[in-house]
Amino acid sequence: MKLKPAILASVLVAALCAGGAVRAQVSDPIEPVNRAIFQFNDALDRTLLRPVAQGYVNVVPRIVRNGVSNFFGNISDAFSAINNALQGKREPLGNDLGRVLVNSTFGIGGLFDIASEGGIEKTNEDFGQTFGYWGMGPGPYLVLPILGPSDVRDAVGLGIQTYLDPINQVTPWENQWELIVLRAIDTRAALLGTEDLLSGAALDKYTFVRSAYLQRRRNLVYDGKPPKDED
Amino acid sequence: MNRTIAFTLGAVMAVAATWAAAQEAPDALIKRVASDVVATLKSDKDIQAGNKKKLYDLVETKIATNFDFLRMTSLAMGRNWSKATPEQQKALAAEFKTLLIRTYSGALANYQNHVMEFKPLKMQPSDTDVTVRTTVTAQGGQPIPIDYNLEKTPEGWRAYDVTVGGVSLVTNYREEFNNAIRESGVDGLIKTLQAKNKS
Repeated sequence: MKLKPAILASVLVAALCAGGAVRAQVSDPIEPVNRAIFQFNDALDRTLLRPVAQGYVNVVPRIVRNGVSNFFGNISDAFSAINNALQGKREPLGNDLGRVLVNSTFGIGGLFDIASEGGIEKTNEDFGQTFGYWGMGPGPYLVLPILGPSDVRDAVGLGIQTYLDPINQVTPWENQWELIVLRAIDTRAALLGTEDLLSGAALDKYTFVRSAYLQRRRNLVYDGKPPKDED
Repeated sequence: MNRTIAFTLGAVMAVAATWAAAQEAPDALIKRVASDVVATLKSDKDIQAGNKKKLYDLVETKIATNFDFLRMTSLAMGRNWSKATPEQQKALAAEFKTLLIRTYSGALANYQNHVMEFKPLKMQPSDTDVTVRTTVTAQGGQPIPIDYNLEKTPEGWRAYDVTVGGVSLVTNYREEFNNAIRESGVDGLIKTLQAKNKS
């Protein structure tokens, strides 16, 4: 019985290490499961997430919505700083720290993104990219319920970030949930308008999204300059 | 006499125009096309009112003419390209072109004062294959890097791939094409594309 987790762990590690070497081949061993979750997410999006996000955009004025985006963006800037530190990237780290500092104080707790207006750009690093930077491959592709496309590396990264999320400290729990839901709506609202584009472009939405996700993440790991892959 | 002169002059000008197009630097080409298209989007009331046909025509006449769809299709097909007959190749390229124009028109329908910036192009006079790097920023949004791969042809530079935020169009379709061919052959893929374009 005890052997099982060990085997699973070694398979996982092997998969992660191999991930970098055989990039041309998309690794999706649990495709049927992923497809089922993809269908579920798609249905959930059509019936609930998309209409709610659309309603949010229609009802809430832009200035308030920007404040919401900036507030959550400020938290992700803090995580970006941590990950730039973990990758030893000094200049982007300075950018992120500057952003968090300026936006948390003069931007009133992150509601205003003064740093961007001042020309300090977002760098958007996360734990998945940090793992990638240190040589870990993406591992098998995953579709997470509600959250959507991911891979083993990014799912682990997301788990760490969720664990460290400052919103976890918010009490009472009702307020914490309000923030979590608000963040979900904010994230979804930013993607409004892309659905038709995707349905229009893709022969098979599932493979199209998978391919785009893996390419995109690889690009981010290499900070926009991935080595050419020969295929 | 005057006629001959006019004719000669016309011919010379036509040749000169072709020559100028062939000499136009790849980044200058993209800049010219982009500003041309944006000017039309901003001034054309029909397109602003949601006239899809007109938007499609705009993309077809102003943008698509600068793409090498045969090359794009062959790259997206990968190893399967050689399995297709010349007729099939032609049909594939035509359907792929329609699909891309439709998609691109859909994207342009959401256009609102995006800002396009160009990274400096490092290029030797002898280069025949270059990547023009740009970023596009929507109002209040993050800059999105968009790269264009172009190849030099006798008619001037022609784009054969576009990469948005690290996602290459050609690479993205390669898997889709591959799957379709594995399931139902080259003709199956052509049928799938035709059905998609009619929907």
